[in-house]
Amino acid sequence: MTTPADGITDGIDLTGLTAGPAQTWGAVRLVPLLRPIPITDLRLHARLQDPVDLSIVDVGGRTEYLSYIPHAFVATWTTDTTPAAAYGTQLCDPAGTIAVDCIRLAFHRRMARREDKQRLRFLPQHLAMEGYLALQFSGPTIAWQEWTRHAVTRGLSPRVEASYTGAAITGLDDALRVFEIHPDQCGMVLYVADVLAGAFVVPHPDDYRVLHPSLLEDFYGEMLFHYAYFHPAVPDFAARLDDTRIASVTDLRTQLAQVHTDWEAFHAVMAAGLLAAEPITVSPVQRMGRFTLSRFLPAFNPDTENHIGEIITDPSGRLAYLKTYRLSAAQTRRGHLLSQLAAHDWELDATATALGTDREGLTLRLDRAGFGHLLRPDIIDAARNRTRKLRSQATKARRPLD
Amino acid sequence: MSRAERVACEDVVMFVNAAIASTAQREFHSDAAAQRLSLGFLHEYVLGNYRDLYAATLALDINHLNAAMIVTNLLRTAREASGEQRVTEGRLIAVRLRSLPPQRVYGVLRELRRLGVNNRRTRAIVRDWLATRPDPAFDAVKYRRSLAVAARHAHLRLPGEVGMALFDWRRPTRYETPILEAWRRAHFEQRALYELPYTVAEGLAAQHGIDRARFLSGIAPKLTDGERLRLQATAGRHKVHAIAMDLANAPLTRLAVYALSLPRRERARRRDELTGALHAAAHRAARRQAGTWGRVVAVLDDSYSAAGSGMKRRRPLAVALATHYLLETLAAEYTGLWLHHRGDPLLVHPIGATGLGERVLDGLQQRPDRLVIVSDGWDNAPPGQAGEVLRVWRTRLDPHQATSVVHLNPVYDADTFDVRRLDSGVATVGVRDAEDVAALVELARFATGSAEFVELRSHLANRVERFLNTEETAS
Repeated sequence: MTTPADGITDGIDLTGLTAGPAQTWGAVRLVPLLRPIPITDLRLHARLQDPVDLSIVDVGGRTEYLSYIPHAFVATWTTDTTPAAAYGTQLCDPAGTIAVDCIRLAFHRRMARREDKQRLRFLPQHLAMEGYLALQFSGPTIAWQEWTRHAVTRGLSPRVEASYTGAAITGLDDALRVFEIHPDQCGMVLYVADVLAGAFVVPHPDDYRVLHPSLLEDFYGEMLFHYAYFHPAVPDFAARLDDTRIASVTDLRTQLAQVHTDWEAFHAVMAAGLLAAEPITVSPVQRMGRFTLSRFLPAFNPDTENHIGEIITDPSGRLAYLKTYRLSAAQTRRGHLLSQLAAHDWELDATATALGTDREGLTLRLDRAGFGHLLRPDIIDAARNRTRKLRSQATKARRPLD
Repeated sequence: MSRAERVACEDVVMFVNAAIASTAQREFHSDAAAQRLSLGFLHEYVLGNYRDLYAATLALDINHLNAAMIVTNLLRTAREASGEQRVTEGRLIAVRLRSLPPQRVYGVLRELRRLGVNNRRTRAIVRDWLATRPDPAFDAVKYRRSLAVAARHAHLRLPGEVGMALFDWRRPTRYETPILEAWRRAHFEQRALYELPYTVAEGLAAQHGIDRARFLSGIAPKLTDGERLRLQATAGRHKVHAIAMDLANAPLTRLAVYALSLPRRERARRRDELTGALHAAAHRAARRQAGTWGRVVAVLDDSYSAAGSGMKRRRPLAVALATHYLLETLAAEYTGLWLHHRGDPLLVHPIGATGLGERVLDGLQQRPDRLVIVSDGWDNAPPGQAGEVLRVWRTRLDPHQATSVVHLNPVYDADTFDVRRLDSGVATVGVRDAEDVAALVELARFATGSAEFVELRSHLANRVERFLNTEETAS
């Protein structure tokens, strides 16, 4: 396995995919992604496990984290470009190595690994989530005196993030059930209350057909759960024909074509907005044949949407597989703090200046973001005391005016 | 027309649509509970506000579930009816019960008992209906518990050994009536089992541990037509040749449901047989009207939502397929347009989005005499385009209404208490069986809301008169 260096690109290239017409159901808007020419030499399978199993994914060393894994995917891949339809129709896996069911725990050695020579198994989303969780995992690179011994020697372990399964999101189950899948559909962009929840692309329409229900078993950010709960319905596209300008069937056809174009553009804009604008960091994980499996991280800009995800591309950069996860605001803030700290070698003062604050401000921000255990307690206490003192001074100064 | 009359007209049309289409089962877009709740409310509303018209709908081709519900509700609230109303209602109920399948009527009787409806009039209705049953002993075997419940509740005198078989079955060592004797013997003798109705014999066969294939070939002569059609797949699996049937005698929509239940490869293999049977059924349904409809174009929905639900597998698609064959017979010149499917309609498969708008325009462009749309009304590619096309067509391109447009909708929408409409100006009627299409199109002129309430009333009165006359003279 070769692991090339990370690269930064501007968004994800959706060449070869066209956004189809959306279908809405309550607060959920589903935009299908159509692929006129499917990729036939890479196929995916769903391996369903017992959904109540709590799995512990072992990512090596002391970095185990707890997460709920509803199912695992198996990537099938052929060296020549013969259609992989023989694999596509069988859903059972030839090598059942992870069926440890008696103790209700399944151990997965790593998230992406070769099962046999021709297959690559990875768990949906977990690759991306692993990338996000392992962000600056080793902790401070220089043992500045502010950081605790634990932080310097053991890093951020353990880091845990919570998310919701699709089944918990109000209306998503019905939306996916009544969605009318297109014959050449290879993907789906999912909006909840017109906020991008995630994108999902597979190489072949048959795969999509199989994996469509797995969208419900996947996990989604906390924000989407709340949006779906509070938002009753999204407005649907409504086009009214201008009947004063129609005098013949040809006119009507022209207007219909116009409406159709508007309608497709409406969705194309929505689908493009997600992945094109922001720069992302792509780090390849594994390369097999002509395909590269990588995960990507966003720029962690707290003001914009941030998506993590995993992606399989061919040498020309054409997208074969994509899955994204939208980080919540808090998760983005955590990612932002960590990446800023890393950029300044974990030195508090330099980072504070970069973030436009002072030492105390940054300390308190780290504490609020849940990284307080990394700093020495006296540093945090000092920062708290100082803020309290400042606040009481401000109050005293105001009192004579009352 | 006053505002009140307009509302009344809309309400009644809405109710008739619901009573034809809804079966209170799970649909593609809503679950059974929502359907049941919605339909129950609609019944209460119409019963409370338009009692005469509510009763009169019994004369229309509404489905069995709704007919049973109407009968129950009328008997439950008989106290609120005037003497004159009761006379008409009584006649309608009596005639309607005779045309309902017996298991439905027994269902009504059980429901009446559950609700505690027991008065002289109800008892008389039950008694009269049971008097029309050809063989009480047969009912005592096939609908054993239901007959017992009805007899006990309505204080009936049962003829001969029937009462003994229901209430004192431990005593007799043998019966004189052959079917009761067969039923008694079937409990310990396997051979006697094959003289019983299929539903009864099936349970006893399981008790005796009889092999399914052997049981099916033995019971074959006793099967009803519906049971025979339902068992075709089972017979194929167990290689029982005795159950094979001539499909040409099956009703049109049932046949379409059966055809769509087969895998596409088998449909292609048996193409001639199935197509022939569908044509024959369509001819039987069209009767004298065959070839009288002029130029007809149908737009048929084969989007994914036509797959129906687990309870009504491919029902909307089957209705569309059956309508296709029926219209082919009715029309002098016919074109059927599916949304996605091309080629032999027998191989149609529900898939993809519902882009009705463009197909409707394709149909209208041929300038037919009649355009029939069969769809569940969830027009989503782009949303609402079919309605726009029809509106523009009506107002701008065909102001003299040379083409009459009818939308047949097989799915009841629980949220709107009606079948889903494409556009307010287009006649939308519910449809359950494609066989009724000719009658439904007659009803369609009331569905746009342009007809007078008086007209609707007189139409219903006519239908009631016709219904009562033909049925009462027939009996």
